[in-house]
Amino acid sequence: MKVSEHWLRELVNPVGGTPELVHQLTMQGLEVEGVEPAGPALANVVVGRVSDVAAHPDADRLRVCQVDVGATTVQIVCGAANVRAGSHYPVALPGATLPSGAKISKARLRGVESSGMLCSAAELGLDDIEPGEFAAGLLELDATAVPGTPVDRALLLGDQILDLKITPNRADCFSILGVARDLAATTKLEFAGLNIQPVPPSDNARFPVQIDDPTGCPVFGVRCVRDIRKGLRSPLWLRERLRRSGIRPIHPVVDVTNLVMLELGQPLHAYDLDKLAAPLQVRRAAAREKLQLLTGSDVVLDDSFLVIADAVGAVGIAGIMGGQRTAVSASTSNVLFEAAYFSPAVIAGRARRLGLQTDAATRFERGVDPSGQIQALERATALLQAIVGGVAGPCDTTGPGVGSNTPIQLRRSRLDQVLGHQIPDADVTGILSRLAMSATTDKHGWTVKPPSFRFDVNAEVDLIEEIARVYGYDQIPASAGLQATHLGEAPASVVDPGVVRSTLVQRGYQEAMTYSFVASETDKLFAGGRAGMPLVNPLSAELGVLRQSLWPGLVQALQHNLARQQRRVRLFESGICFKPTDAGLVEESVLAGVVAGPVDPEQWGEPSRLADYFDVRSDIEAVLSSISPVIKVEWAAGQHPALHPGQCAALTRDGHHLGWLGALHPTLVQALELGTAPLLFELDSAQLLTTEPRRFIGLSRYPTVRRDIAILVDTATPVGLLVAAVREAGEPLLKEVVAFDIFAGKHVEAGQKSVALGLILQETSRTLTDADADQIVGGVVQRLARDFNARIRE
Amino acid sequence: MENPESFLLDASEAVKSAADLAALDAIRVRYLGKKGELTALLKQLGRLPDDVRREQGQVINAVKQSLTAAIDNRRLQLEADALDKELLAGALDVSLPGRGQQPGGLHPVTQTRQRIDRIFAAAGFAVHEGPEVEDDFHNFTALNIPPDHPARAMHDTFYLPDGRLLRTHTSPVQIRSMLKHGAPIRLIAPGRVYRCDSDTTHTPMFHQVEGLVVDEGISFAHLKAMLAEFVERFFERPATVRFRPSYFPFTEPSAEVDVLAESGRWLEVLGCGMVHPRVLENVGIDSEKYTGYAFGLGVERLAMLWYGIDDIRMLFENDLRFLRQFN
Repeated sequence: MKVSEHWLRELVNPVGGTPELVHQLTMQGLEVEGVEPAGPALANVVVGRVSDVAAHPDADRLRVCQVDVGATTVQIVCGAANVRAGSHYPVALPGATLPSGAKISKARLRGVESSGMLCSAAELGLDDIEPGEFAAGLLELDATAVPGTPVDRALLLGDQILDLKITPNRADCFSILGVARDLAATTKLEFAGLNIQPVPPSDNARFPVQIDDPTGCPVFGVRCVRDIRKGLRSPLWLRERLRRSGIRPIHPVVDVTNLVMLELGQPLHAYDLDKLAAPLQVRRAAAREKLQLLTGSDVVLDDSFLVIADAVGAVGIAGIMGGQRTAVSASTSNVLFEAAYFSPAVIAGRARRLGLQTDAATRFERGVDPSGQIQALERATALLQAIVGGVAGPCDTTGPGVGSNTPIQLRRSRLDQVLGHQIPDADVTGILSRLAMSATTDKHGWTVKPPSFRFDVNAEVDLIEEIARVYGYDQIPASAGLQATHLGEAPASVVDPGVVRSTLVQRGYQEAMTYSFVASETDKLFAGGRAGMPLVNPLSAELGVLRQSLWPGLVQALQHNLARQQRRVRLFESGICFKPTDAGLVEESVLAGVVAGPVDPEQWGEPSRLADYFDVRSDIEAVLSSISPVIKVEWAAGQHPALHPGQCAALTRDGHHLGWLGALHPTLVQALELGTAPLLFELDSAQLLTTEPRRFIGLSRYPTVRRDIAILVDTATPVGLLVAAVREAGEPLLKEVVAFDIFAGKHVEAGQKSVALGLILQETSRTLTDADADQIVGGVVQRLARDFNARIRE
Repeated sequence: MENPESFLLDASEAVKSAADLAALDAIRVRYLGKKGELTALLKQLGRLPDDVRREQGQVINAVKQSLTAAIDNRRLQLEADALDKELLAGALDVSLPGRGQQPGGLHPVTQTRQRIDRIFAAAGFAVHEGPEVEDDFHNFTALNIPPDHPARAMHDTFYLPDGRLLRTHTSPVQIRSMLKHGAPIRLIAPGRVYRCDSDTTHTPMFHQVEGLVVDEGISFAHLKAMLAEFVERFFERPATVRFRPSYFPFTEPSAEVDVLAESGRWLEVLGCGMVHPRVLENVGIDSEKYTGYAFGLGVERLAMLWYGIDDIRMLFENDLRFLRQFN
């Protein structure tokens, strides 16, 4: 909420300048998010009084004005239609530079000398203070302005506009009155409130009102003002206050309702009385009831909305916005003001449902003072009459009204318990009284009745917060006491994900973080066509579905880097994937990576080589080893829709799917315009990050025996399967198997490959004999012959 | 031998000037070989009278020993020189960098999170986690944010078609953990959160670390001490902080914590407050017996302040030139 410092200080004026005020407001919970001057500095622009206006001898549209600028009278040629003798306008004297950058100097206009320029509001950089038809004309200053006074001083442009962030609980601070009241309470200054005099009715014009929903609308006040003058605009001071509060002046009637809202926090609505068909009715909207709003847009309502209707139909959504049919216009001469109290429950969230947010809704949904309607009508009537005259009828209110706030018990013990600090009794009662809360002392503490405008205070903790806030959080000393709690858990079977991260980092990977939502089309490409979970309200289609895999994000990061001259990319990410399953959406924690470009950073020693399946596989093997060197993972040729069918491994661990490694499928490489195929891996973190806690096994005192065998098998036989079979066949004396040479071609029959395996054998209780070793190797060879048709290579 | 000294001198000179092993060997042959000069002299000894022979024999043997030693020394020297030469011929350019893999690095957000985790772990905060897709109850209602509450407007929420949502803060983990473990409890809950908002200071996804302490006797004074100390530990300097009143539906009193920057401006670093009694009641904890505090740290915000990053969006572009700066 934008607040003019000058306006605020007219009500409560604490010592110190703007920085002190900003600090004070911020520290009492009314955070000042920004401060900006009310207008630009305007050197050499002064108040001028036009003493004479004469026709220009050679131009129909120009006038020659004599302008009193204080010390002297200057002649200025002016083209504005609204220039009148006796009026005051801003004069830019020669030497002035206007906010647009225009420099003013003496000139001759069609042969007549002109020593300056009479200015419009826009030319002074004061946008939005002239409604409609007045925007083109000169800015007419108050008749009390003294010629020669710098205009920035006359218009108080040195005023600062404070942008306050009003938190949703502080409904009472959505007005200059509320901010002043709270400022006075915290700075211990006197503030009696605004002095609003009632305007006695001059006729008996009334408008009938009927309330169908007294819970939603306990107070509905109206007042007729008839025979107002047309074609006028609000006075400059009022328009400036609106501008400084971020509201455009439109029409005196509308301007007055806005000003009263800014001043008192009570939203008002004004109807063109002649367009209303009695009576007014406050009721729930009918299903699919339509209404054209002031803004011209059409809305369709339902019975969760409260509407104001006349005999013809709805004329506005209660507390949110009025309708077009009964709106005030330039031709309005009779007005009906409405000042109501709608309960927050019937307003909250409704504007957002319609995609609207209005100043009225913001206030009503947080809570407007239910005792302020008459005062607002009086204030609006007085202001309106001062501008456009008119005859006011009596103020009428309908409805049961709102009961006063329930008293709250505040216990001294609880206050001390929550704050950890004892605030003296006198301070507590002083604070409560400054906050307009009536308090009576009892043996436990106090019984407190909050004022009608405090919607946020209805429990003991709310009072504790208020007392701490006004007392000052900085006055509560910090205390370092820590209470006992449980110790942490450190299960040996769960591996810290940091271990895996650091392994990948050691192996040259950079950690990435990508968005959890991706474009549906890309996501589908990586999920074999299966659609991911869509967001109802995504920021864009590019961020439309929850990712089923980390690969789309990582590939996008790859593309980003390739486009920035990074040839070698090694990225990993650990995060959540969202998989739609029959049992609902499942969140899976996944570790994934992408590798593209040369194996090593650019270097001098060896020919550069692109990373391939086996390079990345050894990275994954390192990750697995970092968890435990003994975990058993099976690598089998797999089929993943996003991976190259011939370069794709499916990893399983103890029968559970662990992950994938492979080259991106060539059709995707093409679709994503990647040039060469990156390698991708993905590991399920839950499967990955568990291990069997290790137990000590006694060391053997006897030496190991190594036997090497070379076998011939079909080239398609996976060596991983051979090794696994050897392990099984050699149990329990076979301790380790290594494949140390694999080749095909020379000296090997076509379609076959030679695999050399080293078998390391050991017995814990004795030295193995050759016969023992022969027996084990024999068993292994037999098994290989049976399962893989392997032959010993001679 | 007429003059053994000058003989030895000449021979030694020849040894010294032998340029390589071949030349040295030629010298050895010339003097000590089967037909060498000293060998010849020794052969002649037999013909001499006994007394002269003994004397001459001693002289010649002494010369022979000296010369043999000189030749051996020279050989060792020449061999060492030859090895040096051979080794230097294959010398490395030690100024070249090593080749092979260079380590990568962790994302700055991860590094920041790890530091936060470490700071709180030392004070006994256990790390708790929760789902990123949440329901209305855990994300809002249980946290004292009923439907249509204006505070919901502060959380621009992403919704799923089934009415669930992406959590807008890590506070729902408070609810889940308190429902599961009750009080007393002390935890931090780091994780990803989502809001539909995007500009230079907002991304639709970011990370928070939620903190929660509930126990008997926990007060606002404890909250102040803990968070003021956190700010000092995190920024590694004595910090001027201020607690200013703010509003969160799930805490009361609530505060935002600002730290005074070197520029003289106050920078918002976290939000906190005393757990609202209604939140404790919502999870079945006796709010008369127990009190507690909660806080929420924006990890990106802290990372940006710590590293001096001015555009939050860079954190999620994954540009290697950016990421490598934090290795």
